[in-house]
Amino acid sequence: MIFLSATGGLLEWVQQPWHWSISGFMIVVVMFLLLWFGGEFGVSSNLRTMCAIGGAGKRFEFFNYNWKGQIWNLVFIGGAVVGGFLAIKFLSSPEPVQISASTQEYLQSVGIKTPQNLEEGNGYVPIELFAMNQLFSLKGFLILVVGGFMIGFGTRWAGGCTSGHAISGLSNLQLPSLIAVIGFFIGGLLMTFLILPQILSL
Amino acid sequence: MKFLKYFGVGILFGIVMTKSEAISWFRIQEMFRFESFHMYGIIGTAVILGTILVALLKRSRLRNLEGEEIAFTPKRQTIIRYLGGGTIFGLGWAMTGACPGPLFTLLGHGIWTILVVILSAVLGTFVYGALRDRLPH
Repeated sequence: MIFLSATGGLLEWVQQPWHWSISGFMIVVVMFLLLWFGGEFGVSSNLRTMCAIGGAGKRFEFFNYNWKGQIWNLVFIGGAVVGGFLAIKFLSSPEPVQISASTQEYLQSVGIKTPQNLEEGNGYVPIELFAMNQLFSLKGFLILVVGGFMIGFGTRWAGGCTSGHAISGLSNLQLPSLIAVIGFFIGGLLMTFLILPQILSL
Repeated sequence: MKFLKYFGVGILFGIVMTKSEAISWFRIQEMFRFESFHMYGIIGTAVILGTILVALLKRSRLRNLEGEEIAFTPKRQTIIRYLGGGTIFGLGWAMTGACPGPLFTLLGHGIWTILVVILSAVLGTFVYGALRDRLPH
């Protein structure tokens, strides 16, 4: 009985939205485990591995490497898919993601509603952009296809993404990673304040 | 069996990404609009603790499970690729609200349109590889 109520309490605790310090700590736990296992924390290199597995190495030198040494990283992101599934199925919060009032107000003005209760959504992605039928609208196409393309192109040119540069690189006091993170913000701010409002009004 | 542990830590990562809300499109908007501390708190905590961890690992010369010393390779000191690539990635990040880790986690949430983003990201990586020799680094 005590065990049951203890695990029940733990589950309830995990289901709460996490404080940012807990989340930051847990990301470092993930980084440590990957380093200790013999890997490293960097997700975007998997995109290169996928190209290499698809045979891109026959035409382009960049993809001609021993990708078998990267299988562990593919297994890691496969785990992330399952972890996402488990988290949303069993550990989801009793309320949607709590977004600041000023962001909500702005998003409302560009036609995106922030979910106020779980019936309206859990606050991870807006249905206005991520619903299946959005793929066939110019707005949805731009955001999903062009956005995705820039993630893949940009991370590889920069040699890393949030995990590889902002977390792993900065933790290793790498100046190039700081430059990359400054780039992330130049692009992010340009998109958020100048480009995205235009796209959302399409 | 060798890969099972990576699968396990991947599951943990997916849970952490979900519970941290770092994979929320709304959170990323909020972050780039500087209207909440949440994302800065997460990344800031991770960088501070990560810096301590890396310093300790270098000092202790801990060996990984493969028996090798955990090594950190310094990145090449250039600017263009980091600034240019970083900016393009930032554009995509603010647009889709997701960086590569969250993309895979959101797939687990059953957001099927994310598959389109992932495939486009693979295509973007492929085009980079094709143009690599012509790009400044």
